[in-house]
Amino acid sequence: MDLILEQMPVVIHSLNIGFLQTLKLFFVTLIGAIPLGLIISFGSMSRFSPLRWLTRLIVWVIRGTPLMIQLLIIYYFPGLVLKNNIWGSGETGRFIASAVSFIINYACYFSEIYRGGIQGVPKGQQEAGLVLGMTKSQIFFKVTLLQMIKRIVPPMSNEIITLVKDTSLARIIALQEIIWAGQAFLKGSQGISGAIWPLFFTAVYYLVFNGILTVLLGQLEQKLDYFR
Amino acid sequence: MAILEVHNIEKHFGATHVLEDISFSLEQGQALAIIGSSGSGKTTLLRCLNFLETPDQGTIVVQGKTLFDAADPATQRESEIRKKRLHFGMVFQSFNLFPQYTALQNVTLASQLLAKEQPDFKANKAQILTDIEAHGKQLLAQMGLSDRANHYPHQLSGGQQQRVAIARALALHPDILCFDEPTSALDPELTGEVLKVIRSLADQKTTMIIVTHEMAFARDVADQVIFMDGGVIVEQGDPHEVIDNPREERTRQFLSRYSQQ
Repeated sequence: MDLILEQMPVVIHSLNIGFLQTLKLFFVTLIGAIPLGLIISFGSMSRFSPLRWLTRLIVWVIRGTPLMIQLLIIYYFPGLVLKNNIWGSGETGRFIASAVSFIINYACYFSEIYRGGIQGVPKGQQEAGLVLGMTKSQIFFKVTLLQMIKRIVPPMSNEIITLVKDTSLARIIALQEIIWAGQAFLKGSQGISGAIWPLFFTAVYYLVFNGILTVLLGQLEQKLDYFR
Repeated sequence: MAILEVHNIEKHFGATHVLEDISFSLEQGQALAIIGSSGSGKTTLLRCLNFLETPDQGTIVVQGKTLFDAADPATQRESEIRKKRLHFGMVFQSFNLFPQYTALQNVTLASQLLAKEQPDFKANKAQILTDIEAHGKQLLAQMGLSDRANHYPHQLSGGQQQRVAIARALALHPDILCFDEPTSALDPELTGEVLKVIRSLADQKTTMIIVTHEMAFARDVADQVIFMDGGVIVEQGDPHEVIDNPREERTRQFLSRYSQQ
């Protein structure tokens, strides 16, 4: 016990640095995937059938294969197969490759949620807007958008909480996120080796952060509860 | 001169001939009731008048002005259709109120958006918005809903929602107000309060087209009745003739189902 207390400051410092990288990947993924998902959802609802089928094929492949494999392919394929490692060998390159994989993967999940939200708004809402002389964009922004947001908040909350935990998959390409930081003390780092507790301790970070997110997303859901 | 003239409207959905050679006219201040069984084309006809469907053939003339001519693409430009829709008001069977807005906001939203397109909007913004709100409140009062102005649709009964929808349609001063089975989604108790409102609009000489299954109401309120079956107008004329003494066998068969109830 005394030993753990002694090691604590070093470990916490290391885990904090790792968690910062976890947070960075989390937010960059959200910032990229939220708009990209919207574009993909438009593609999957396009009236131009080749585009619609191509988009749905991509969404099927991305959602149907493990994110871990996508990470490995995106990170190693350019260097090993194309003989051109566009990512470079440093932490920055690993981060960019991770962010690209996560954004593509999550955009595909988001696109399906958006599609459900858009198609879930009754057609009568648009028609009511049309007969009142509204333009298509007025109908979108003043009538249907908020109804879509209300519909997508609960499923998006689920995905966002899953994303927090999924960031740990980037460990597979040695991104120095919090799991990587905790695991380092098993192998030996900064004079500490064979310590399993730092790895278990990382779970606290995930729990606390997801707790905060759950409260915030719950508040958003409540805010939209004034209409049905 | 008739306020509305509809000439030879035709509409197909794929191989189905939904409207066949539909022609009728309506005078200012008159109420026209359209009756007929489900699938006879009544709703499609109303949707054509509101430009929610495009007829394959025919013309629609309002106050002597050709709003739609299937043979003339110039009358079908998207940008103009939006303004043309304003000649008609529409009350839907399923109300279609905007759930995130209060009753009053539902009534005033479209007026506010249209006012923003006026060149003098910026200069007189406060006055214009006050006028729109006052008009909205007055319409809700006319519907007997003054105390519900700040309620959201889900807090209102079906009958109240439909009355808000009527106020919303009236807010833009349409030349012709269309009702698509306005009471079909309501139980008998609530049907009465909506019919009362429509009746009072008829008393004020609002020009209306009402698609309805309420035969007694159609006979009392309408100046003219059209009976449709299989996409064609089978019989049209004075309600006492069409409903009480139909000439056509098909009209008689249809009406006998109602008198048996």
